[in-house]
Amino acid sequence: MDLKRQAAYMRKSLFDQGYLDEQFIQLEDLQDDVNPNFVEEVVTLFYKDSARLILNIEQAMERSPLDFNKLDTYMHQFKGSSSSIGARKVKSEATQFREFCKAGNAEGCMKTFQQLKREYTTLKKKLETYFQVVRQAGPAETACRPK
Amino acid sequence: MENGFASPRGDAFPAGLRVLVVDDDPTWLKILEKMLKKCSYEVTTCGLARDALDMLRERKDRFDIVINDVNMPDMDGFKLLEHVGLEMDLPVIMMSVDGETSRVMKGVQHGACDYLLKPVRMKELRNIWQHVFRKKIHEVREIENHDDVQLIRGGSEEFEDGQLLSGGDLTSPKKRKDTENKEHEDQEFNDPSAVKKARVVWSVDLHQKFVDAVDQIGFDKVGPKKILDLMKVPWLTRENVASHLQKYRLYLSRLQKQNQPKSSFCGTKQSDFTSKDPTGSFGIQNSIIMRQNSAGNSSFGYCGNKILVQDVGSEIYESDLKGVISFLPVTEPKKALAADASILQKSSNGSGIGPTHSFGSLGPDVKYNIQSPNCWNGEIPVMQFAQPKQEQDPYRVLEDSYAPLPPSGGPRDQIQANGLQPALSINPRTSVTENSKAITTEIEPLCTEYGSNHAGDISRKRQRIDSFSVGGDTDVANARAFGYMSTSNGSPPMKNHSFDQIYINNWDSPQPNIIPEGGSILISPHEDLEIHSLQGYGYTENVGFNNTEFLTFEHPVPITEPSNHLIDGLRFNYDYPCDSMEYPLIDRSLFIA
Repeated sequence: MDLKRQAAYMRKSLFDQGYLDEQFIQLEDLQDDVNPNFVEEVVTLFYKDSARLILNIEQAMERSPLDFNKLDTYMHQFKGSSSSIGARKVKSEATQFREFCKAGNAEGCMKTFQQLKREYTTLKKKLETYFQVVRQAGPAETACRPK
Repeated sequence: MENGFASPRGDAFPAGLRVLVVDDDPTWLKILEKMLKKCSYEVTTCGLARDALDMLRERKDRFDIVINDVNMPDMDGFKLLEHVGLEMDLPVIMMSVDGETSRVMKGVQHGACDYLLKPVRMKELRNIWQHVFRKKIHEVREIENHDDVQLIRGGSEEFEDGQLLSGGDLTSPKKRKDTENKEHEDQEFNDPSAVKKARVVWSVDLHQKFVDAVDQIGFDKVGPKKILDLMKVPWLTRENVASHLQKYRLYLSRLQKQNQPKSSFCGTKQSDFTSKDPTGSFGIQNSIIMRQNSAGNSSFGYCGNKILVQDVGSEIYESDLKGVISFLPVTEPKKALAADASILQKSSNGSGIGPTHSFGSLGPDVKYNIQSPNCWNGEIPVMQFAQPKQEQDPYRVLEDSYAPLPPSGGPRDQIQANGLQPALSINPRTSVTENSKAITTEIEPLCTEYGSNHAGDISRKRQRIDSFSVGGDTDVANARAFGYMSTSNGSPPMKNHSFDQIYINNWDSPQPNIIPEGGSILISPHEDLEIHSLQGYGYTENVGFNNTEFLTFEHPVPITEPSNHLIDGLRFNYDYPCDSMEYPLIDRSLFIA
């Protein structure tokens, strides 16, 4: 399969499988000649910045008892951030986590957090691969998307 | 628009709009920067609230609008919002991933022009220029009215004497109305001489200081300088006090006029509402209302509002209102209240308020000139009356509306009813008299809004109005009255809460002309309203803090009126769950940038 088609296919499946939402398309729309790699840059920035948020949460999760307010605040930030790239599943886990915080459910929080990290990492890998293919496929392809 | 953006941009408006984006999330900052650039705006980003404030302070006219995230690590987003509104008087848009009603409401209260939910869409950002534009328009008007105001000021001093208002003379009140309107307009901005001065928020405390100072000096001998000296508020200027005093006097004079049904006109410009909200977060209001009025309302006429308060004054003021009392006609004490009730109400309706209801329910005393062709120009007579005794029910006042007079007596609750309005004009537009025309165009304040409300359907829901002073004067007056009231009764005049409604009411009345969806807004579900209107709507304005005085009343009067929402509205206050309220906090119309 040629690279362009591969890129398109990967992209489509990211949407179909619910990893990405409409916001990702907004980012693609913003990409232009001035910023030809805009989407990738944003995603990279997100992962770099959110790593520290994840670390904060991890550290907070090790405390006992859990400080739900603090956790909720961190997760609120994280959720806001993940909404920026359209990370749908990640965002959903974040919402769930916040629900558990509000309910004071430590176990729920822990489980959800694990799930969230999995989704977060999975998406990261998929996007990295996707962008590699996109780059290799040629610059013209990057902003392309089916209407 | 003569007051357009900085000259280089000139006709390219809104391109080149200078936006400051403040967000601690670097990813969002990057995205927003790109989005705004796509709108052809000039963007500056900032990751810290403090840095943003420094930038803003360093050059006050460097930016046209500020967009900031609610959750900032170094400073509460709302605080930043307040600072910007107060110091720089720029429109501010809040953003958050959290769309919870209470948060949005808080934003509105703090004066946000709009509240965007993340992820933010391009179309929402494209519209932000409207907030700036609107503000500019207001400022232009302010300047234009400046001259008029000067003239008026000279003349109005006499009027304010207190003796002037003798109800019978129709012509002079009308003339005064013009004057008042202009004054109000000017005062709205609180500083005719400077277009971009920061607005003064006449908080409850500040107003109380003002009232105390006035009392100390003696009402007849007051002057802005004397008051200013006594108040000892360093940042307050003589001009601020002067305009506030103006309003206060007008309020008092209005009370005096209450006796004369025919001659009373409401022309309050409502610009200031004193908020007694204990949390202190309120403040918005008036400005919002005011804005609304200006634009669309051309139709109002002045009506003799009579409503009112005929005797409310007597009861309330007798003992305590020292200076004020003299103005108040003393008619039958109890009845007046009823009338008042009707008055109250109205203000809230935004677009929809129709002349219909409400006044009907007032007591027999209340004779509104509802049908009077001259009704209101939009100025809403603010009637504030305290309930001396419970027996009056009358507060129920309007069927749908408002009138939350507390059944339990006690003068504590003062209700200001703008009520007349709705009843008045069935077709507000047609009844515009010359005066009113003139006035309407000039007046920006809420009052006009109210007028416009009659035209449309009245959305009851929004009419909460329990007590809400329509004009700036009213606020002042009310505040003062409250002050008095408390002394007489011993109970604190305003307790807060319930009067979120007050401002809500104001919000209700979007100008029909301007706000296409005005009517519909009121009706829409609360949530929708908040988010929806904020986001898409161009009219939001950071009016909130400027010159608004917001009076809150102790507790809402349960209304026996059928309208549920009205009741809901009444009860609304922070302590109550929000979902039952449909008040249009964020009524699009309210936000007029």
